Amino acid sequence: MSDALLQVKNLSKTFDLTENPWLTTATGGKRVLLPAVDGVSFEIPKGKTFGLVGESGSGKSTVARMCVGLLQPSGGEIGFAGKRVTSPGGGRGIGRGRLQMIFQDPFASVNPRWRVVDIIREAMRAKNLSSRDQIARAGALLDQVGLTAADGEKFPHEFSGGQRQRISIARALASEPEFLVCDEPTSALDVSVQAQILNLMKELQNELGLTYLFISHDLAVVSHVSDVVGVMYLGRLVEIAPKAKLFEAPQHPYTRMLLEAIPRLDLKERHQESVVGEVANPLNPPKGCHYHPRCPFADKRCKKDDPKLRGTDGMAVACHGVEEARLPAWKDPTLQPA
Amino acid sequence: MVALLKVKNLRVEIPTRRELLVPVDDVSFEIAPGEILGVVGESGAGKSLTGAAVIGLLEPPGRVGAGEIHLGNRRIDNLPYREIRKIRGREIGMIFQDPLTSLNPVYTIGRQLIETLQTHQDLTQSQAKARAIELLQEVGIPAAAERINQYPHQFSGGMRQRVVISLALANNPKLIIADEPTTALDVSVQAQIIKLLKRLAADHGAAVMLVSHDMGVIAETCDRVAVMYAGRIVEIGEVHNVVERPNHPYTQGLMAAIPRLGGKDETLAHIKGSMPRPNAIPNGCAFHPRCPHRFKPCDRDRPDLMKGQGSEAACWLLQKEKANV
Repeated sequence: MSDALLQVKNLSKTFDLTENPWLTTATGGKRVLLPAVDGVSFEIPKGKTFGLVGESGSGKSTVARMCVGLLQPSGGEIGFAGKRVTSPGGGRGIGRGRLQMIFQDPFASVNPRWRVVDIIREAMRAKNLSSRDQIARAGALLDQVGLTAADGEKFPHEFSGGQRQRISIARALASEPEFLVCDEPTSALDVSVQAQILNLMKELQNELGLTYLFISHDLAVVSHVSDVVGVMYLGRLVEIAPKAKLFEAPQHPYTRMLLEAIPRLDLKERHQESVVGEVANPLNPPKGCHYHPRCPFADKRCKKDDPKLRGTDGMAVACHGVEEARLPAWKDPTLQPA
Repeated sequence: MVALLKVKNLRVEIPTRRELLVPVDDVSFEIAPGEILGVVGESGAGKSLTGAAVIGLLEPPGRVGAGEIHLGNRRIDNLPYREIRKIRGREIGMIFQDPLTSLNPVYTIGRQLIETLQTHQDLTQSQAKARAIELLQEVGIPAAAERINQYPHQFSGGMRQRVVISLALANNPKLIIADEPTTALDVSVQAQIIKLLKRLAADHGAAVMLVSHDMGVIAETCDRVAVMYAGRIVEIGEVHNVVERPNHPYTQGLMAAIPRLGGKDETLAHIKGSMPRPNAIPNGCAFHPRCPHRFKPCDRDRPDLMKGQGSEAACWLLQKEKANV
């Protein structure tokens, strides 16, 4: 497919956590390797939102960082608008500023010693604008994200968490990006503020035709913003499906378990039989399918062979059980009152 | 039923150099034995401070400025330090958000449990150890007899929170205060901990005060819920009433702002602005600057909790005639 703005192919990242790498190698010891991301592939068409969900340690943030060039992949490729991002230098070749990132913690991601207007102007430096134009544009951006141009003279500590997240969105937009990577942009915010930010992000997408990679541990948030959702578990993508399909007919046992586990507001008793265990230690992931120790449908093959992501029509799942058609049909966990 | 915990007009004050902050003001509620009361609110609403005031763990210079707290038929907010220490851990158990910081990293799990047991009960070492193993089994820790000799870092996040729960339950307390017990955990683990907490509260007949920012967790767990905003309870009632038919405009806005799975709406309803800081709480109803339904009395008179349909809410809309418009 060529209409994809971002293409990720077989992406892997292994962190070397050996305490003393040189000595370990010299003495023939074994290195401690953490396979954070393992063979992940997906595409994001222009103007769409791809959501990545997973529990802690699933590698979703590592994927995000590799997509904007903050981390170098150990293997695989990332293509942006037909060009490779994964060259040394963090994708300078494709023109910096076409990709931007919004981080989770708005208290850590803006410099407390800079005025807001300077924080935003910094991202425009590559644009060769006069400083008057820069200031005018910073004011316009602040306006666009629901603040006022006068707020530019203030320092970050004068703003609440939600307002600071608006500032970091304004900064991300300053370089006129086409693609935004949002790593848990609302996880540090209260629900009422989260709704404001999610709405703002949707408005901006409609106005500017932005493409998002949206990462969150919160399935409800991801389901709200995304067109297509990918579910990650221990570094691997276990299921990809258009949002409606994923929530109506989830296939992978892990996706099903996540859906059963979310607390809901409908106040009905639910099936939660399959909600057991915890994410395994990523330093030593289980052999075969990473999910097999927690999976109620695991058999011998699951313990031995890695399942491959297979499917059609933009839907794919990595599960031997689905492939062999031995998984029961999905029941919505909400028990209907008899 | 007679309430186990009665909090009456509780006011928490924090004197600062510039002014006196009142992060919790005029909060009253009761919890019956065996009941789970949820306290929900956004950050800064005063929910954690309310919990801390009940167990006498307000950090100085914070203090209880007015009001009364009764546990059973005993008043506990004015007890001397030594007395409240005897109650804490014995009659009131506590579960905090982060299991890593509420366990001592240099003691084994067993030693911490045994210490907790022996502080409040007259048990020999071997009796206490046997009871500790029992407790760990009760909260679902496999191979408890071996794991009792391990240190907190050898447990996973969910298992650690189970240990913290077993510590809270060690002396069969009548009241458990759980402050965001699942916030640091992944959803799949959260679901297991909620289930465990519900079962244990029912088995032990303990009253639970569950503080959380997550309405979903509250809806799954609690019998009744109190919604806090800017230091006050703005709505309190049976959880299904508050979730399905909220009376207070703030609760209504909060419920509408929560993204739902498979929800079809393009935009979420949201409340404009954010919660006031404790040094700038507006006059009248603290919510009035953000309220879509405000009318004359709202910026002048502070509403008390009034009976509405299904729940009580502090909102003039419920008693327009009383509001002297």
